[in-house]
Amino acid sequence: MALEDLFKVVKERFGAEQQVQPVTDEKEVEIPQDLLFKCPRCSNVIYNEEFIGALKVCPKCGYHARLTWKERLDLTVDKGSFREFDEGMHSLNPIGFPKYEDKIDKLSEQVGMNDAIKTGECTIRGYRCVIGIMDSHFMMASMGSVVGEKIARAFEYATEKKLPVVMFTASGGARMQEGIISLMQMAKTSGAVKLHSDAGGLYITVMTDPTTGGVTASFASLGDVILAEPKVLIGFAGRRVIQDTIRQRLPDDFQSAEFLQECGFVDMIVERGMMRKRISNILKIHGFPKEGTGR
Amino acid sequence: MSKLTACERLEIIRHKDRPTVNDYIPAMFTRFMEFHGDRLYGDDAAIIGGIGYLSETPVTVIAQVKGRNLDENKKSNFSMPHPEGYRKALRLAKQAEKFHRPVICLVDTPGAFCGIEAEKRGQGEAIAKNLAEFMTLRTPVISVVLGEGGSGGALALAVCDELAMLENALYSVISPRGAASILWKDGTREKEACEVLKITAENLSDFGVCDKIIPEPEGGAHLSKEIMADNIYEYLVDAVYRLNKMDIDTLLQQRYHKFRKIGMFAE
Repeated sequence: MALEDLFKVVKERFGAEQQVQPVTDEKEVEIPQDLLFKCPRCSNVIYNEEFIGALKVCPKCGYHARLTWKERLDLTVDKGSFREFDEGMHSLNPIGFPKYEDKIDKLSEQVGMNDAIKTGECTIRGYRCVIGIMDSHFMMASMGSVVGEKIARAFEYATEKKLPVVMFTASGGARMQEGIISLMQMAKTSGAVKLHSDAGGLYITVMTDPTTGGVTASFASLGDVILAEPKVLIGFAGRRVIQDTIRQRLPDDFQSAEFLQECGFVDMIVERGMMRKRISNILKIHGFPKEGTGR
Repeated sequence: MSKLTACERLEIIRHKDRPTVNDYIPAMFTRFMEFHGDRLYGDDAAIIGGIGYLSETPVTVIAQVKGRNLDENKKSNFSMPHPEGYRKALRLAKQAEKFHRPVICLVDTPGAFCGIEAEKRGQGEAIAKNLAEFMTLRTPVISVVLGEGGSGGALALAVCDELAMLENALYSVISPRGAASILWKDGTREKEACEVLKITAENLSDFGVCDKIIPEPEGGAHLSKEIMADNIYEYLVDAVYRLNKMDIDTLLQQRYHKFRKIGMFAE
């Protein structure tokens, strides 16, 4: 048994695969990295331009690759409608974990965000909502104090303003570097979701690649409506840990969005190009008013 | 209280004679009746639940079962619950709410079980649901970490008004071995990780996570099960008395705030 799951799950399965590898043909002619995309699921290689045009969905197998928060925002919200919450919030080092600050600083510079989530208020096709977007490029979007606090505040704001919440989840789980403080964020976020729910608030979860560990075991699983992108990884424990426990190979689709839907934990699988429309339709049917024309 | 390192405490809680809920429940509660099943899928022996009296007060008890020997451990899956265990816990907690009984959770697990069936039946969802539902459960909830408090699998029974820990108990987001294997790619450096993670009752009191440290007999609980059970009993009687007196809405506000305030960040 291993709790290391909460963290490892992603590294194990996709960590290495996520980067675009320089593709070398038999004659060892180097093709520039930024020219091609190799799908981590089916190894299909396409031009980056084509891949980006397809909203970063592999045209062969339909794998929905990970997006940056900015890409997700642009695909989802009405232009110019996003007003960010808690932009300057950044992490401290609650348990004095060795080199944690350095890691955070370095990543902040690389990824261009202070921590693994952006929260704010926006409209989606004219429907006002509170939105959260997790970005796996920042420490595999693990949940520490900043992620927990931002989510709790977002839900509290939504409760106060009677707004729906749309949360794009992605995470390797709780952030080990913040020790027990990170575990408590699971309770804190779940509590904030519960109060929003008890006040009649609508909460839509959109599970993206990968939604795992302590995030699956808290706010991600608490949506009134749970959507997922096709083929993404969703689970609690890590694949390798499970394989080590049961000593047999797991089927390839284990812990995929489709598998989770079959098991009864996902309402609907929605392709990236349709997501914005689906979300707005769900907001509409719940009676929220439309503002303006929406982009 | 003795000043032991996290690692020394780890040795103590892994002692083969360390008392478990199978020792504590008969010692602390009278006329305990075990209730089985989650009413959805099955009955998970990793968590036992039921009702009984704590002194004169009817209470609901939900407890993770570390086995005292291999047979008991096989039955209770080494105290690693499946989703149906957590769902049984929630069912009994809701029942307690309905009949105004305080809930006492005894936490002792390496973590929620990791396996195909656990995933299929929604381990993540089961834990998440408990976190949310316990947060607003309209009856006092007291959790006591007896030995190991393993991550989300422990937290699912530890969203409470007061969290107590036995003096040598450890409560962590990740097992020391797991942390070592991620940090240094070397699970054998568990002892180092143990100190880095800050997982003792004292550490957790400093973080505002643990509200009460229950003293163990010198050298560890295994040296006197009776004294240990007495100490826990004494704490529980006091806590139930205090919490039962409180206005329920105030209690719920405090419970939310207890977790809401945990976090360290700057703006």
